[in-house]
Amino acid sequence: MPKLTVDGVELEVPQGATVLQACELAGKEIPRFCYHERLSIAGNCRMCLVEVAPGPPKPQASCALPASEGQVIKTDSEMVRKAREGVMEFLLINHPLDCPICDQGGECDLQDQSMAYGRGASRFHEAKRAVTEKYMGPLIKTTMTRCIQCTRCVRFSEEVAGVDEIGALYRGENMQITTYLERAAKHELSANVIDLCPVGALTSGPYAYEARPWELKKTLSIDVSDALGSNIRLDSRGREVLRILPRVNDDVNEEWLSDKGRFEVDGLIRRRLDRPWIRRDGKLVTASWEEAFAAVARINPGKSVAVIAGDMVDCETMFAGKKLAGALGSGLLEGRQTGLDYDCSNLAAVNFNSGLAGIEEADAVLIVGSHIRWEAAVLNPRLHKVAKRGGKIFLIGPEWETTYPATFLGNDLAVLNKLPKEVADAFKAAQRPALILGGAGLGKGALGACLAFAEQFKLVRDGWNGFNALHFSAARMGGLMLGYAQKGGIADLVAAKPKMLLALGADEVDYTKFAGSMVVYIGHHGDKGAHAADIVLPGAAFTEKAGTYVNTEGRVQFADKAVFAPGDAREDWTVLRAMADALGVSVGFDSFDQLRAAMAAEVPALGREGLADYGALPKAAKSAKASGVIDAYPIKDFYLTNPIARASETMQRCSAELLHGEVFAEAAE
Amino acid sequence: MTLADKDRIFTNLYGHQSWDLKAARKRGDWDDTKALLARGQDAIIEEMKASGLRGRGGAGFPTGLKWSFMPKESKDGRPSFLVINGDESEPGSCKDREIIRHDPHKLLEGALIAGFAMRARAAYIYIRGEYIREAQVLEAAVQECYDAGLLGKNACKSGYDFDVFVHRGAGAYICGEETAMIESIEGKKGQPRLKPPFPAGAGLYGCPTTVNNVESIAVAPTILRRGAAWFASFGRENNRGTKLFQISGHVEKPCVVEEAMSIPFHELIEQHCGGIRGGWDNLLAVIPGGSSVPLVPGVQIRDAIMDFDGLKELGSGLGTAAVIVMDKSTDIVRAISRISYFYKHESCGQCTPCREGTGWMWRMMERLRTGDARPEEIDMLQQVTKQVEGHTICALGDAAAWPIQGLIRHFRPELERRIAEHDAMREAAE
Repeated sequence: MPKLTVDGVELEVPQGATVLQACELAGKEIPRFCYHERLSIAGNCRMCLVEVAPGPPKPQASCALPASEGQVIKTDSEMVRKAREGVMEFLLINHPLDCPICDQGGECDLQDQSMAYGRGASRFHEAKRAVTEKYMGPLIKTTMTRCIQCTRCVRFSEEVAGVDEIGALYRGENMQITTYLERAAKHELSANVIDLCPVGALTSGPYAYEARPWELKKTLSIDVSDALGSNIRLDSRGREVLRILPRVNDDVNEEWLSDKGRFEVDGLIRRRLDRPWIRRDGKLVTASWEEAFAAVARINPGKSVAVIAGDMVDCETMFAGKKLAGALGSGLLEGRQTGLDYDCSNLAAVNFNSGLAGIEEADAVLIVGSHIRWEAAVLNPRLHKVAKRGGKIFLIGPEWETTYPATFLGNDLAVLNKLPKEVADAFKAAQRPALILGGAGLGKGALGACLAFAEQFKLVRDGWNGFNALHFSAARMGGLMLGYAQKGGIADLVAAKPKMLLALGADEVDYTKFAGSMVVYIGHHGDKGAHAADIVLPGAAFTEKAGTYVNTEGRVQFADKAVFAPGDAREDWTVLRAMADALGVSVGFDSFDQLRAAMAAEVPALGREGLADYGALPKAAKSAKASGVIDAYPIKDFYLTNPIARASETMQRCSAELLHGEVFAEAAE
Repeated sequence: MTLADKDRIFTNLYGHQSWDLKAARKRGDWDDTKALLARGQDAIIEEMKASGLRGRGGAGFPTGLKWSFMPKESKDGRPSFLVINGDESEPGSCKDREIIRHDPHKLLEGALIAGFAMRARAAYIYIRGEYIREAQVLEAAVQECYDAGLLGKNACKSGYDFDVFVHRGAGAYICGEETAMIESIEGKKGQPRLKPPFPAGAGLYGCPTTVNNVESIAVAPTILRRGAAWFASFGRENNRGTKLFQISGHVEKPCVVEEAMSIPFHELIEQHCGGIRGGWDNLLAVIPGGSSVPLVPGVQIRDAIMDFDGLKELGSGLGTAAVIVMDKSTDIVRAISRISYFYKHESCGQCTPCREGTGWMWRMMERLRTGDARPEEIDMLQQVTKQVEGHTICALGDAAAWPIQGLIRHFRPELERRIAEHDAMREAAE
């Protein structure tokens, strides 16, 4: 623990800290552009210069200088002020200073720091440099003349995303940042460079010229596009959410967000259900709420009710649905829409036990049937870190492009019964072995064999639980905690032939199997579920209601409501509460607070933010043998996995251009 | 007092004899190298330290001391490397070229000895991309050494395995900076690394590395053969040895010549270059150490001692001892402006002050050349050079700033005269 002095204040800093970190610990603000906590140190912007003694008689880049015993650091001396002023001037001489037409305006590091550290007027009388436009795909808008060559985007692509596709061309003042051959940036985390860019060189394409940051209301929320529960911020103006940005949460998403979670936002205002619909003579026609509830009452299902929860619903909605079904006398609840029927008697067996952050510690990882990049895009950088630290990664399933060295062991799950020597050796030698069981593996019934694997290689040991199930539906863990799982999966519901099927935002179900049931759909988009429904009751999307979500590691998180649902749409729990009245039963709550209290009383973990405790892993069955061939992953198109994304023009274009190779002409401006 | 022929290290500097191994052996190269190595690593480093040899690449860091920074044993299995800097791109410098094309075996023998002394596994000789014939000679010489068992496994039957690789640059000045050179050898864009870590701790491929100039390495075998005391008998305290001076510009006979350090400037010019063109009164200024050091006006340089300390006293530096002589026919502002253009062109673009500053300085220099500026802009230019100097990752920023600072320091009246003249012309036109 080196002891040093910052501006006369003596303090002790952790071993391995940099001078910049030491200054921050001392409460001093150090301006910076290229330095970023999660990227390697480049030291190229020269903005963080401070005076350090002992050392050469010139200012030092604090971001790259290790803090050491006895240093005397000055962050506000004449030398430092002059150095910062000089660097700031250099950064601005070739910057276009087009803040009035720049989308970064108001949240621009260059703007802020030039106010704080700049000289106020320019002495540069030569012609400014201009840089030809670059193309980085449908999501990233480029104005490379504004670029200050901090190389954050280059380092992000290489170090975090693991995709070497952004780099610098030429040298000196002609240096330009561009993508490889000016092709679109093609990975699931590409848009994070927009947040990283300290200036307006890389800005959000779909959000271009939409709003200024000071006009926006900021609401804390949780991403529902996958099961990671990435922490997000909803920026809204009036009744519309204009953009979604990641928040920092080191345990979950660090500070990244998948492109889908970020850009499906425009889907929230398209194809919305903004009034009730009733099927008359085979066609859906609009109706009033009274007519709709009257129609529900006419079904008069008695006990013959089943509930299917969709992938994006919050726990409150599922709890209300459960209470309604319970009041009617039914316990037929299911959330695994595509028919999965893995054993849910012990939730520890279907949980990401090592934790999303914890998986970084693993030194050998076996991934069984999961396309990580598509099913949990933000988790992929963590596996990249595992590989970078020398951890071995093996996969069973069809090949996909990993962004790190990894070995595919083929599609046949039988390989689990007799592992190749290389794999067995790696796991025997591993200190922290881990297994990730994905949707495709669960679908082929590999859970038992994976539990046996966990026992064989002691995945659970002192302070470490390496057995992980990776879901990709935001509602999955919450649903399982609330009992949305039948022993036989959705087939049990089909067999029960319910008179009324209540679909809570369920858009991936094969409704043809419920031909004899009256389908009541409560949801927010006119997608598959609504098309199959007999009665459509418009609900709220995740941005339009407060809700509780449990991510794939069992982390309970609360999201806030940013805007109101459009038209006549109502928050889902209120719809279910009103339905109870229409059906003449009582669900036992009249307000959202009562609902939450009742839910917390029934499942206490859902009332507390943080990791739920599912206890110990179950014993593996002796006879557990893996068999079956994984011929495909459940997600066919990363950009179109849910009704919001399918309604989003941005996601449609990403799918067409990035996955299906369609060429879009740049619109003439 | 000229350096006696018997005291010359580079006996084939002018290529009067063949460069090949047979001829080199006649000149004494590779003569019982095994015995030199048998002295042991520490003895070699001590001898180098005692010789007082300072690095010949420009910075003048004591070579023996540099070698001693290398780890004595590898604790984690990483090998050590020697990188030999032959990316001679400094305007005015042309000494490494002569060594490589006419006396490559001096360099290769030096590489083995230096590599052995610092316990390196291999040497990488980074040769400037434009040196095409020189690279061919060097590669052929390396092949000769391998064929004769002088390099490779059990080099010179010493029991030491040592490889030499020739790596050709692509013509970027910045790759002459040691860490940029390491990046370039690794196949990356030539951009200097941040220090620390220093190459002796983590250099080429993350392994301990020492980067030495071609000349520093090439003189090592002779120093060992003739003894540190012999080498130290030339030059002043702290500036020992002989040195290749490269005199270009307005002298009667420009040349590369080996001379003792600390030779007075006029002696160097009179004895080897046939004097200044048009006589000493016609001397305007001299850039004594390659384009990156500040110029020295003619009146001050005449009696200057040509060594590290002597030129430092004059506010300049010995650099690579590339002496650029300019007589009074020189447009001194244009000359410095051209140098500024060079640095603008060669800046790697990694860090802000150099990337943005070199272009700005060059553009201002171009306006000062024609006088199209205001007098206060001279001070502004001076400030801009100060904003670049000392704020960059590598020394290229300093190298870009110093020539301009030298110009302003010594030729400010000339700059002001041009501005006044330009103003007068404009007024007359109006």
